[in-house]
Amino acid sequence: MFSIATYFSVQYLVVLLPAAFGLYAVLPQKGRRWVLLGASYAFFWAVSGKLLVYLLFSTLSIHHLGLWMGRLQAGRDQALAAAPKEERKALRARWQRRLTGVVAFGVVLHLGILLTVKYTPFFATNLNHLFQALGLGWQVRIPAFLLPIGISFYTLQGVAYCFDVYRGKIPADGNLLRLALFMSFFPQIMEGPICRYGDTAQRLWEAPPVAWENFLFGAQRILWGMMKKMVVADRLNLFIRQVFWNYAEYDGLVIALAAVAYTLQLYMDFSGTMDLALGSGQLFGVTLPENFRRPFFSRTIGEFWRRWHITLGTWFKDYVFYPVSLARPMKRLTTWGRKHLGPHYGPLLAGSVALFCVWLGNGLWHGAGWHYIFFGMYHFFWILLENLTEPVTLRWARRFHVNREALPYRIFQMVRTGILVCVGELFFRADGLRAGLAMFSKMLTQFSLATVKDGTIFTLGMDKRDCLVVALVVLVMLVVGVLQERGHGIRQNLARRSLAAQFAAGYALILSIVILGAYGVGYAPVDPIYAQF
Amino acid sequence: MERLIEILEEIQPGVDYRHCQDLVDGHHLESLSILALVAELEDAFDILIPTVEIIPRNFNSAQALWEMIQRLQEEG
Repeated sequence: MFSIATYFSVQYLVVLLPAAFGLYAVLPQKGRRWVLLGASYAFFWAVSGKLLVYLLFSTLSIHHLGLWMGRLQAGRDQALAAAPKEERKALRARWQRRLTGVVAFGVVLHLGILLTVKYTPFFATNLNHLFQALGLGWQVRIPAFLLPIGISFYTLQGVAYCFDVYRGKIPADGNLLRLALFMSFFPQIMEGPICRYGDTAQRLWEAPPVAWENFLFGAQRILWGMMKKMVVADRLNLFIRQVFWNYAEYDGLVIALAAVAYTLQLYMDFSGTMDLALGSGQLFGVTLPENFRRPFFSRTIGEFWRRWHITLGTWFKDYVFYPVSLARPMKRLTTWGRKHLGPHYGPLLAGSVALFCVWLGNGLWHGAGWHYIFFGMYHFFWILLENLTEPVTLRWARRFHVNREALPYRIFQMVRTGILVCVGELFFRADGLRAGLAMFSKMLTQFSLATVKDGTIFTLGMDKRDCLVVALVVLVMLVVGVLQERGHGIRQNLARRSLAAQFAAGYALILSIVILGAYGVGYAPVDPIYAQF
Repeated sequence: MERLIEILEEIQPGVDYRHCQDLVDGHHLESLSILALVAELEDAFDILIPTVEIIPRNFNSAQALWEMIQRLQEEG
């Protein structure tokens, strides 16, 4: 059977994507949208086989829920128009309760499916541990579910669609095929970005004709992503696996280097996949939302999460943070807090409750395990601390005449944020919370330079050549990142050059992947990390 | 409008609210400032700001905020 394991596979890059693009290029508009829908369902079938029924059920039920809410909204508007002014408030509240019931049903249904297939084994295992600890002889059976790849992503898209219809932000879509294409668009269904109906659905359905500039920019973006994944992420894999699987054998320095290497790998793998997804979308003239904005230039953990996995962060902000923090009791808490604790700490009370919900959800979204919950709480702690200490930091900076905008101070903040992120990722990658704590403890208590001095560090899956290649690519990306931070558009500048220069840049990227790519004997490509969430 | 500018300056001083057009996009107003702002605006102008209104388009400038307040007052 034709199957696809990753976007970087031959099946995707050499078969599905070119075939879909070729057909798309030669067909008229009506045919083009069918190509996109057909390719999307072919992709999902190749990735998940019969589990396609999950996607079909979600699409059909979300379409129906949208129409149900649309009918209720139309009924409400008619009733309000006919009612006397003094009755409208009560009437509106009555219709609103019905609408809330429908959206609550939809959210419980779809998040319920996600919770059931993804978290039941985790909850059942912990329940058994609890029974054991209480000395009870009870045991619940631990069920095993097959998890459709991409369920965490398309479920969030579907839930966002329901909320947006409920809030009147978008009209309910009567066109099932347009909604199906939005839910399943193949370049993004496996690892995101998490799209909003209002941003991408109509553009996908319009299926614009192929344009040379879109083709060029899309192809460049795909090659850039392939370089990140195949040259850096895959090259780091053997070293990371060796250390994380056998951490008891290594000292603190090796573990610290593995934590840094894993953070780099995660970034290169995930942002490389996003480059490929966005590049694939651009081939078809569709602009998908950016998921990364140079996160390692962040000065605080809060800023880091506004630049890393942006679409997940904005999803949690729009559908968890604001609804929780702006619920009526929370608003009262904010007003009370501002009066009694001042303008900074007052809103922090409601904000912290909402932030806790966000980070618990964020940790759990990444996986069913205590170390994922710890990962969420770790970031909640740092973001809360940043908010709590902000006024004190400002006071100290003024008192000691520290210019917070000076380059050395900014670099200090970026390095500090980078270290905190690497520690968080150490727990994220570790094989459970116990292993994470043991590794972190080793970093603090068994730090030694011995493996560097005797050269054994270069025998753990990455030799000196591997390290040099990774350093080279990181340096290139640092320069590109600095230019982008200063507002220079690299691809836009390149597009203004001659065709020969544009092709030369493309060839340079292809050659760098062919020559420096970590594939073949002696390497083990990293599995798509985010597809597992 | 004057009352709105006063509230904004009280919540987050040091921003030129009469001219700034990127209060949210430029990170002049962060999430916590927005929480405080929503609570204050609801009290001061006797309106209810639903979550769907918390979008950059409504919060990026004092003018946009003012237009949202007036619209919500009219809707009752």
